[in-house]
Amino acid sequence: MSVRSTVQSQFEQVATEQGRKLAPLGEDLKLIDCGLDSLSFAIIVARLEDSLGVDPFSSETAVDFPVTFGDFVRLYESVAK
Amino acid sequence: MPSKPRSLWESITADAVPAGRLYGARATVELAGLARGSSFGPRLEELRGRSVLLAVKDPLRAALAMLELDGVAARMVLCPADLSPEHLPAIARAAAADACVADAESAAARLEGMRTAVDIEPRLLPHDAERLNSHTTEWVLLTSGTTGAPKLVQHDLSTLTDALAGARPGPEAVVWATFYDIRRYGGLQIFLRAVHLGSLVPADPAEAVPAFLERARAAGVTHISGTPSHWRKVLMSGAAATIAPRYVRLSGEIADQAVLDALRATYPQAMVAHAFASTEAGVAFEVRDGAAGFPASLVGASDSRVRLSVAGGTLHVRSGGNAHGYLGPDASAFPRSSDGAIDTGDLIEERAGRYHFLGRQGGVINVGGLKVYPEEIEAVINAHPWVRMSLVRARRNPITGAVVVADVVLAEESPGATRPASEELTRELLSNCRQSLAAYKVPTMIRVVQGLDVSPSGKLVRPNA
Repeated sequence: MSVRSTVQSQFEQVATEQGRKLAPLGEDLKLIDCGLDSLSFAIIVARLEDSLGVDPFSSETAVDFPVTFGDFVRLYESVAK
Repeated sequence: MPSKPRSLWESITADAVPAGRLYGARATVELAGLARGSSFGPRLEELRGRSVLLAVKDPLRAALAMLELDGVAARMVLCPADLSPEHLPAIARAAAADACVADAESAAARLEGMRTAVDIEPRLLPHDAERLNSHTTEWVLLTSGTTGAPKLVQHDLSTLTDALAGARPGPEAVVWATFYDIRRYGGLQIFLRAVHLGSLVPADPAEAVPAFLERARAAGVTHISGTPSHWRKVLMSGAAATIAPRYVRLSGEIADQAVLDALRATYPQAMVAHAFASTEAGVAFEVRDGAAGFPASLVGASDSRVRLSVAGGTLHVRSGGNAHGYLGPDASAFPRSSDGAIDTGDLIEERAGRYHFLGRQGGVINVGGLKVYPEEIEAVINAHPWVRMSLVRARRNPITGAVVVADVVLAEESPGATRPASEELTRELLSNCRQSLAAYKVPTMIRVVQGLDVSPSGKLVRPNA
C-alpha cells in the first residue's frame, strides 16, 4: 500500500471510531476543516508510526507543520522508506 | 500594624487609571469603566463576605466577576467552563459556598444551601458606590484529582501575583491573548498579567483557532500563551500568520524542541518562551533561550524569588507563589514536603547541564493538557470477564504530548469456556471504554500480552514516564 493510501485509510478509520464526519480528503483540504480534532490527529500519528515505522513530527531535524492534507501526506512520504 | 493587602482593583489602579480592555467574543469592556460602573450593579453588595462559586461559562463575565469580587467575597471558587456539573455539589460543600455567580442554565444556582444566585452582565451598569476592600479574598482553583473529582487549591491575590513582582505598565501597549481558560491556573496568570499591564483577549470555549486568532489580531495582540498542544493546533491551522506577536509563551505541558523551533520559524520577530507552573506550586520559571528543558543552574540558585530543588527524581518548588493547601476532604493530600517546598510530581532528569521533563510520577498521563489516571481506565478494562489484569500507560505523542495505550493479560481458558479470538476481545474492550470514558481516556491501542510485571509487594510495576 502506498504512503498516501495508508494515511488516507487511517484518517477514515479514526474518523469512524471518533464519530466524526470526515470531509472529502482532497489535496488542498485544510486539516483544520477536515472534521477531526487534536485527539484524532494524535491517534493517526501514533498508528502511522506503527504501520510506517516513522514519526516525522519527532524527528531531529526541523518540521514544517502540515496545513493541508497534501502537506500531511508529503511529510510522511519524505521520511518513509 | 500591617496594612490590609490591596485588592485586585486597588492593585491595577494603584498608579493610574487602567487603559486596557477585556475583549470578549461578543462584547468589549473598558477596564477604566469599572471605576464608575459594575457588571453586578447594586447586587455586588449581596456577595460581600460570602463564599461564592463563580460558575459562568463566558470568560468575559468571569473576568469581570474576578475583578469585582476580590476584596469583596470571603472566598471565590473559580469553576472552569468545562467543569462537569456532577462535581458542583461536592465543591460547594467543601467550600461552604452560600452564593453563586452563574448563568441561567448553570446547575450551581439550584444547589442546596445556595442563598444567593446572581447572574452577571457582560457590560457595565452605572454604579456610583466606592469600591470597598473589606476582605482578603481566598481564591480557590480546581485541579483534577485521582477519582476525577476536582481538588480545591487555596490561593490569595498575593500568592497568585507573586510571579508578577510588581510589574507595571510600560510605554508600549501590551495586549495578551490566551488559549487557556482564565479560571485555570495557567490562564489566570495571564488574566492577572493582562489587567495589570494592558488588555486581555481570552479564547471563547466554542471558538475555532482561526476565529480566535482573528479576534486577537483585531485587538492588536502583542503577547499570547497556550499549551504546546494549543500551539501545534495553531501551526496546523493555516492561520498562524494571522498574528505577529512580540512574545509567545508555552506552558502546561512539556515543550519539545520541534514545537519551539516551529514557533521560532513562524514568529521570527517574537520571543518564544516556555514556562513551568502548577496550580499547587505556582509559577516556577520561564525559559527564554529557545531550547527544550531548563538550565541545571536554576536548581539550588538562592538569589531568586523561587527556590527549585530535586528530590526523589521530581521537581520541588518553594516560593511565595505556592498555594496554601487543599480545601475540604483532600486537605491532608497537599504535596508539601518536609522542607516546606511543593513536590510537583514532575519527573526530571539532568542531561548535559540541562534538566528535561520525563513525565508524571504516579503515572498520571497528560493528554493534551488533560490529566488521565491509568487506574480509572484499567478498572473499565478489568471489568471484562476475559481480562485478568491490565496496565494503562502513556505513549509519547507529538500532537497531544501523550496518548493512552493498554496492555492486557487475558484469563486462562477452562474446560467449559472457550476464549474468543484476541482481536474480537480487544474490539469489545475498546467499545466498553468508548461507552464509559471520555474520548481522550480511551486507549488508542490495546495489546494482548502474556504477563505484566508485579512487584514483590504485589503491585503492578508501572513505568515512570
